[in-house]
Amino acid sequence: MILKELSEAFGVSGHEEAVRQIIFDAVRDDVDEYEVDSIGNLITLRRGSAQARKHGTSGAPLKVMVAAHMDEVGLMITHIEDNGQLRFAKVGGIDDRILLAKAVYVGDKKVPGVIGVKPIHLQERKERNQVIKCDKMTIDIGATSKAEAEQMVGIGDYVAFATSFADLGPTLKGKAFDDRAGCAVLVEIIKGGPYPCDLYGVFTVQEEVGLRGARVAAYAIEPDVAFVLEGTICDDMPKKKDVSPTTELGKGPAITVMDRSFIADRRLVQLLVDTATELGIPYQFKQPLMGGTDAGAIHKTKMGVPSAVVSVPSRYIHSPVCLLSKSDFENAVRLMQETLRRLTPATIGKNE
Amino acid sequence: MDIISLLKNLSETSGVSGYEDQVREAVVEVFGRYAGEVRTDTLGNVIALKRGTGEMEPRRSIMLAGHTDEIGLMVTQIEKGFLHFTGVGGFDPRVLLGQEVIVHGRRTLPGIIGSRPPHVLPPEEREKTIPMDRLFIDVGLPPDEVTALVRVGDLVTVQRELTPLKGDFVAGKAFDDRTAVVAIAACLEQLTGMRHAWDVYAVGTSQEEVGLRGAITSAYGLAPDVGIAIDVTFGDQPGIPAAETVEMNKGPAIVYGPNIHPVLYEALVETAKSLELPYQVEPAPGRTGTDAWAIQVTRSGIPTALIGIPLRNMHTSVETVSVKDVERTGRLLAAFIARLDAEFMHRLAWRPAEAPEEK
Repeated sequence: MILKELSEAFGVSGHEEAVRQIIFDAVRDDVDEYEVDSIGNLITLRRGSAQARKHGTSGAPLKVMVAAHMDEVGLMITHIEDNGQLRFAKVGGIDDRILLAKAVYVGDKKVPGVIGVKPIHLQERKERNQVIKCDKMTIDIGATSKAEAEQMVGIGDYVAFATSFADLGPTLKGKAFDDRAGCAVLVEIIKGGPYPCDLYGVFTVQEEVGLRGARVAAYAIEPDVAFVLEGTICDDMPKKKDVSPTTELGKGPAITVMDRSFIADRRLVQLLVDTATELGIPYQFKQPLMGGTDAGAIHKTKMGVPSAVVSVPSRYIHSPVCLLSKSDFENAVRLMQETLRRLTPATIGKNE
Repeated sequence: MDIISLLKNLSETSGVSGYEDQVREAVVEVFGRYAGEVRTDTLGNVIALKRGTGEMEPRRSIMLAGHTDEIGLMVTQIEKGFLHFTGVGGFDPRVLLGQEVIVHGRRTLPGIIGSRPPHVLPPEEREKTIPMDRLFIDVGLPPDEVTALVRVGDLVTVQRELTPLKGDFVAGKAFDDRTAVVAIAACLEQLTGMRHAWDVYAVGTSQEEVGLRGAITSAYGLAPDVGIAIDVTFGDQPGIPAAETVEMNKGPAIVYGPNIHPVLYEALVETAKSLELPYQVEPAPGRTGTDAWAIQVTRSGIPTALIGIPLRNMHTSVETVSVKDVERTGRLLAAFIARLDAEFMHRLAWRPAEAPEEK
């Protein structure tokens, strides 16, 4: 499964090359055109089928952009201490509390390292209730001096969690499902084509640091419609207060109505819901106002782009290990494929 | 002996205090390669005997103790398919968030100690540590399957494959105290090519982390003439004063203090010096919290020493050691044992100070 390869690949924001190569190898025979733009987005085009309905003055098929981001949150080396320990900063949103005692890979050579922590035996009682901030932590790669460390790593090296992918039966675990799950869904969508529209499958960069790749890709493509695929927040674990979760695992792909970055186009939401209902595909609505996605950048591009987001609920995103449901993944692929087959210019009020 | 592959094998084997079956089997196999007789006892200690050639009657014996158990977690409650847990031995709850684990249920289940994503957390939440009773394990199965496969009381170990770092360093779980078991195996291997007068009991002790329990009963049963415990000790690492640690990769720490028989300490130092083997001295002003603490007061008292293998990040899944220090510990033990002769016990015995001989 390509999700395994994608999950284990190293691709912190700004450094997505390895992920891009895996995706490129997977889709190159299924697309008519491809391009990597200046910021690093992989933009592919799978032309519409013969049945594609033309519209507008150009008489061209609908241009549909489907985007998933390749980057993941991680760390970056900022300083090397004289004793060979590495100081770091966060790339993207990470809760400092999940970093202690984790294994990581540093730099392109994937130098193994561990984030150290003072043994419990040597802590004073009051220390145990204090959150350790990441600027107080170091990565230990086993170097005993600055010079020794510099043979292996350098300032500016990216750091990713060292986590292996595994199949747990009904679920899958691994790192960076936000958004390698979306990337894997998009690969399946491309392979399942052609569709009655021109499908621009776009694998974006730098989502985690401000939706930067999607913005320029959308500008270049100028799509009629956009869908964004995500591995989204799923916080259905037991909590102190019984509040409804953002999404629930195993309840189907999540459709966004509104998040912090955009309000979904209601016609696209309706099409997704109608398609799911017609085919009996389970779906859920993501709780409003949680998180943001590339759709936040895409929908404001040029004169605006009707956009929607479909997500695979993923527990524990932005930590070393995430968990998703296989059926949610498969249903996200099916829902998107069938929706693309039903999408017409009329859906968004364009004349055929 | 390939120290790294043996340490990998032992470290990745599960054995929470009191539930050491898997690691015990592995230690029986490892010690059995070098010692003629291997058995296990009531509390689950592994006891290997490598006979010496000394003709004293009865033959003197030395006990080497390295504990086989590791700290772990235990399921206390199952809520909607998620497992709540408590610690078996001393875990800092702060290192557990986002940690992968293995749940030892009706079958072995990989699990995740989940963290809520930062997107949904109010900023003030991120400033608070999460106590253990609010952490949970997710095994990725539907609730009915979880209740069929997991019971309250099931054990959980942290999941981490051994990771080689730069140079001589490796990181992983349960290096406390599987590194000592490896050092003892290395010692036995060396002794197969050396003459030694004393009998050697290599003991993988059980339940050290919950109160030195295996050492208490095994030392009682064996009644050795001398005991040496091998355990890990705090290696230098950022954020800890140098006075509280020994240096990494500078050799085993020979411990000195009330828990240690001073003559054994001296003899170990002499041995290290004669081998030109790097070593460090670690002062222990009182309770050492190791098997040595139990062995010393067994029966009517047993002269005891303690060797510490320097280790970073103790009681986490990324405990870090220098492989060289492990190898050196084995070499020091073997050379020390080879030097033990019929007279050595006299050296240990207290004698009144004698008046200087007249010339």
